[in-house]
Amino acid sequence: MKRRDTLKALSLSSLGMAVLPTTDLVAAPPDPKPFKTTPARIPEEIERDKKIMADKFLTPAELATIGILADIIIPAEGKSGSATQAGVPAFIDFIVKDMPQYQTPIRGGLRWLDNHSTKRFGKSFAGITPKQRIEIVEDIAYPDDVKPEFSHGAAFFSQIRNLTVTGFYTTRMGFDDLGYMGNTPNDWQGVPQDVLDKYGLKYDPIYDKKD
Amino acid sequence: MNLFEIKEQPKVYDVVIVGSGAGGGMAAYQLTKAGAKVCLLEAGGYFDPADPKYITQLKNPWESPRRGASTRTRPFGDFDAAWGGWDIEGEQYTAMPGTQFRWFRSRMLGGRTNHWGRISMRFGPDDFRRGSMTGIGDDWPTSYEDYAPYYDKVDRLIGLFGTKEGIRNEPDGIFLPPPKPRLHELMLKKAAGSIGIPVIPSRMAMLTKPINDSRGACFYCAQCGRACQAYADFSSSSVLCIPAAKTGNLTLINNAMVREVLTDPNTGLSTGVSYVNKLDLKEYSIKGKIVILAASTCETARIMLNSKSPRFARGLANDSGVIGKYLNDSTGASRSAFIPALMDRKRYNEDGVGGMHVFTPWWVDNSKLDFPRGYHIEYGGGMGMPGFGFGGGIERVNGLFPDRNGNKKKAGGYGVALKDDIRRTYGAYIGMAGRGEPIPLESNYCEIDPNSVDKYGIPTLRYHYKWSENEIKQAKHMQDTFEQIIHAMGGIPMGRKPDASNNYGLAQPGEIIHEVGTVRMGNDPKKSALNGWQQAHDVKNLFVVDAAPFVSQGDKNVTWTILASSWRTSDYIMEQVKAKNI
Ligand SMILES: Cc1cc2nc3c(=O)[nH]c(=O)nc-3n(C[C@H](O)[C@H](O)[C@H](O)COP(=O)(O)OP(=O)(O)OC[C@H]3O[C@@H](n4cnc5c(N)ncnc54)[C@H](O)[C@@H]3O)c2cc1C
Ligand code: SF4
Repeated sequence: MKRRDTLKALSLSSLGMAVLPTTDLVAAPPDPKPFKTTPARIPEEIERDKKIMADKFLTPAELATIGILADIIIPAEGKSGSATQAGVPAFIDFIVKDMPQYQTPIRGGLRWLDNHSTKRFGKSFAGITPKQRIEIVEDIAYPDDVKPEFSHGAAFFSQIRNLTVTGFYTTRMGFDDLGYMGNTPNDWQGVPQDVLDKYGLKYDPIYDKKD
Repeated sequence: MNLFEIKEQPKVYDVVIVGSGAGGGMAAYQLTKAGAKVCLLEAGGYFDPADPKYITQLKNPWESPRRGASTRTRPFGDFDAAWGGWDIEGEQYTAMPGTQFRWFRSRMLGGRTNHWGRISMRFGPDDFRRGSMTGIGDDWPTSYEDYAPYYDKVDRLIGLFGTKEGIRNEPDGIFLPPPKPRLHELMLKKAAGSIGIPVIPSRMAMLTKPINDSRGACFYCAQCGRACQAYADFSSSSVLCIPAAKTGNLTLINNAMVREVLTDPNTGLSTGVSYVNKLDLKEYSIKGKIVILAASTCETARIMLNSKSPRFARGLANDSGVIGKYLNDSTGASRSAFIPALMDRKRYNEDGVGGMHVFTPWWVDNSKLDFPRGYHIEYGGGMGMPGFGFGGGIERVNGLFPDRNGNKKKAGGYGVALKDDIRRTYGAYIGMAGRGEPIPLESNYCEIDPNSVDKYGIPTLRYHYKWSENEIKQAKHMQDTFEQIIHAMGGIPMGRKPDASNNYGLAQPGEIIHEVGTVRMGNDPKKSALNGWQQAHDVKNLFVVDAAPFVSQGDKNVTWTILASSWRTSDYIMEQVKAKNI
């Protein structure tokens, strides 16, 4: 099978890649609400993910605050949408159940935030104005320049920032924002010439040899 | 029915093989092709990289609710091919207080080769005689010349890319064309080269050109760890076990957890194995004229130590008492860096093969250093596919460069500026990892834990492993080298430089997953369990074809040598059978 030929063809099977065997198509019983998780699981993984998805950890109020924070971290702008548009809260909701080590820091961090917000503005973070929220965020968003009394808020914000960024950039919207072009069959022929030129680099002649 | 009744199969196989990874897969392939009736017992389930049931290749991160993050069953990520991990439910292991060992297992057809890194290096001539060359460690009973023809055969059968470099202790193979380096790899080569550190094309088992009709060519998805549905990378499942099954000479039994090797009390020869069927939890036995163990280095030692009888009171073929000892894993240390010159990159598909396109072979003369063995350096980086963890720690990086107007800014932040920072730094990180040769020590070993059995009732392993000064000094050298390379690239090393307080970042024993040595081969039956053909001194129809027999491991990842030595032993078995010696 030559890659040169196979790349021309469109179907996956011609790449030597698998297509669904017909037996599976025939045998699959109609499932009204199929359970969806990562493809190609072993049975114990399906059991585990079913359980995680059935469990609840974050409350609706906590998730709403996470949504507000996530959109402050990743707002919609010219190039792409916002964190909530990319489904980040649902991702964080799952991940804190999947990775219990996040549970106390996230829940506790949200409590810190609401407590701080109430002291400062008389209402929880969700209840204050966008301008007031930014005032708080400015105090906790820069971990190297944070006042000692905000250190816990800053640690929490860094954690939410990391989860939000991961949650956003691991979606189609995030891929497009970033310009990620891979995860598709191709014939790697090296760094484009204009990029090589820009960096003053070139390929060793050994790479021209085809055998 | 009595649960403890052992169900005996009347059939006697020519050969019974335990474990379907690199070593067991190769033996199964060679022996079935030669016409032997082989029974292959595998503790894990069936796996075929091309069966849609198992395919995770080319899936997107959002198809995983955890975006590809690791789990207990898939420590290398939710899309990784390997089932098992460091911590398998009901199959525990222990370590003596004050010592450590981390044990990675895969429980599936093909074992750990479904997701291994596929870095495929021959050991060099010196790697077989470090003992006599340096006065520390031991020589192999065999030499490079014994394996050279088999390395050639493995190269042709399985395929790998690389370049002929003529470096004496990095023997060239029969190579397919290497993929062109990515941008950061070209920069690494230039920078490292400027300070005298060589960077050459890597040697890895992916087919950059097709080699036969049953396997496709690489289409550069960078996901070999998910196992290739085109069979363009080497997995024992797709390249050895499934073709062996197609000969019609293979009986594959999955979910068969081997408990012990059975022996004839009169002759002391092995007669087969007993196993627990993981699905019905009943005990079975399989008879064979020859038994080959390939359950992986530690598991093979475990089976032998558990195979006790009046004739073999210390465990099977263990009159020397050496089994379990000299366990050794590669050293490992790593560092990552931010490379400002790689900011604001033009986008293109830079996935490439699943792993590095260049690496650094060992380049220094140890007689000028304060530690006796070398290491190689593996490199990472590029505009890879985002997965769980992407963008993590941006607050440690985005204060290091000015904004688009040239103004200094604070690290961390949020909003439109943060999004811009993520885009600007995408593909601007590199990582490097040293993988080095340790000194095998008798005092590093695994043994049967007297107090613990797994859920099948099989006594488990207890480890006793400590690094020596030799490995710690080597890790220090790695860290110094990493910083030199990073600085030569104009990069900024990430995090604090590891130092004496943390053994210079030296990975815990076992973590590099190149464990070898627990069933040593040698010429002296008092000091070794196997001869140079990997045949038990005390039980001539018992062989070991994983990395347990290896006396040492060079600074070369071990799998290509497992494949070559398993083929060599398979040939020897066929000769011996023909000559009626076994
Ligand atoms: C993340 C990772 C990256 C790696 N990268 C590289 C690399 O780049 N280059 C390299 O050379 N090596 C690499 N390795 C190491 C490589 O995977 C191993 O060296 C190789 O797979 C060992 O082959 P094996 O046949 O000894 O054992 P395995 O591949 O571990 O196979 C052993 C098989 O035996 C089965 N088994 C175990 N116990 C029993 C029992 N009691 N009864 C029945 N069956 C049993 C197991 O289920 C398994 O299928 C890597 C490993 C990992 C995990
Ligand atoms: S990089 Fe190549 S060999 Fe590896 S999985 Fe992708 S297509 Fe297969």
